[in-house]
Amino acid sequence: MKTQMAAAFAGLVLLLTAPTSHAEQSIEQIYGIYCVQCHGLNRNGTGINVPSLSVKPRDHTDAKSMGDSSDEELTKAITEGGLAVNKSVLMPTWGHVLSEDQIKDMVKYLRKVCKCGT
Amino acid sequence: MKGLLLAVAGLTAAFLSSASAADKLDPSCSSCHALAKPTDTSLDRLLARKGPDLWYAGSKFNKDWLVSWLQDPKHIRPAGYPYFKNIKKGDKHDEPDPSKILAHPKLNKADAEAAADALMVLKAPDDLVPAGAFKGDMKGARMGALAFIKFRGCVGCHQGENGEGGLSGPELTDAGTRLQPDFIAAYISDPQRFDPHIWMPTANLKDLDIQRLTAFLAQLGQGGK
Ligand code: HEC
Ligand code: HEC
Ligand code: HEC
Repeated sequence: MKTQMAAAFAGLVLLLTAPTSHAEQSIEQIYGIYCVQCHGLNRNGTGINVPSLSVKPRDHTDAKSMGDSSDEELTKAITEGGLAVNKSVLMPTWGHVLSEDQIKDMVKYLRKVCKCGT
Repeated sequence: MKGLLLAVAGLTAAFLSSASAADKLDPSCSSCHALAKPTDTSLDRLLARKGPDLWYAGSKFNKDWLVSWLQDPKHIRPAGYPYFKNIKKGDKHDEPDPSKILAHPKLNKADAEAAADALMVLKAPDDLVPAGAFKGDMKGARMGALAFIKFRGCVGCHQGENGEGGLSGPELTDAGTRLQPDFIAAYISDPQRFDPHIWMPTANLKDLDIQRLTAFLAQLGQGGK
């Protein structure tokens, strides 16, 4: 019991002192972990989960459809999920997993991938 | 500095308290699985990991399942672990690359029983998997099935009933035989509390949804389908 408490306390201390941000991680790597499962290695909406998705994930290389969405909409879709922008629930909510800064970087990255918008 | 000392002291304590259980497992297990709560919560650790964490195994699995799976370990994660290292581009969409998905070490009966005993000792803290997190109402299972397939999009990443579903998360076709209901309820309410940076999103589910989804999953693979 005592060791458990000490352990729990140590965990807390570590949690508080450990660096909470991981800005070193490239945004491309983040995309490769969280987004590729549906949006695919080619970033065009062809991930391994696609056969079981009733709505096709957005093609992030498509300048036309991506260009039609503002930065605000993309930020909102990523943070709060598809439902928040009247799209499918199959686009998940990432606000709990990614930091605000990472989501900002992600939107910039998506602009690079689609070569569109601002 | 004082914090550091404390942390080191605590670390040693954490290590000692789980060491006895972990000792009973073959040392090879810990080369791929964390048997004590990792202090490194960085994304780098997730990238370097070779197998899922087992430090809360005693609160996650049903013991009978462990004993039989360790003797005949079939794939649980269709794209291996972690999925993003084992996929390749296909004709229409990405596919798991079978050449990268390794077979799991197989144990004989006696070793499987001993390993299951040792794993069942590795309990999650009470606040991570609270007893009674699933309130036990199985009547919600049908609504849970709808939430899983339709309203909450779980099927996008998990194979559920009839083995239909996505490939980036573990199969849940036999979730009821494999997992403890309290674990299911606790995990789906906040996966990152168990595993910082894991690629299952937190859907901000209401308790009613959590109860229904858990009821649905808890009866999968129980022979009642
Ligand atoms: C479980 C599958 C899944 C995962 C994982 C996923 N998405 Fe999506 N995403 C979708 C689907 C499906 C849509 C299309 C929704 C629609 O058109 O109704 C979509 C649409 C989008 C859109 C377009 C939103 C709009 O306003 O039109 C963006 C941007 C996006 N995803 C970004 C991301 C990012 C960034 C990640 C990783 C952090 C990610 N997605 C992970 C399934 C997924
Ligand atoms: C070479 C790395 C490796 C070794 C060694 C290894 N495992 Fe595993 N283990 C894995 C991987 C990868 C998975 C995930 C398999 C899957 O999902 O199909 C896994 C899954 C498991 C699971 C199920 C976990 C879950 O969350 O679904 C248990 C239990 C387990 N291993 C126990 C053991 C035990 C006990 C040992 C030692 C006898 C051991 N493993 C040795 C890599 C390993
Ligand atoms: C974007 C993909 C994704 C979505 C959507 C998703 N999950 Fe998961 N789920 C995962 C991953 C990844 C894991 C953990 C993988 C690991 O530990 O190897 C997981 C783990 C789980 C587990 C624990 C199983 C185990 O063996 O560790 C349960 C239960 C679960 N998910 C249920 C759900 C439910 C219910 C939903 C819908 C509300 C859902 N998931 C939505 C990807 C997803």
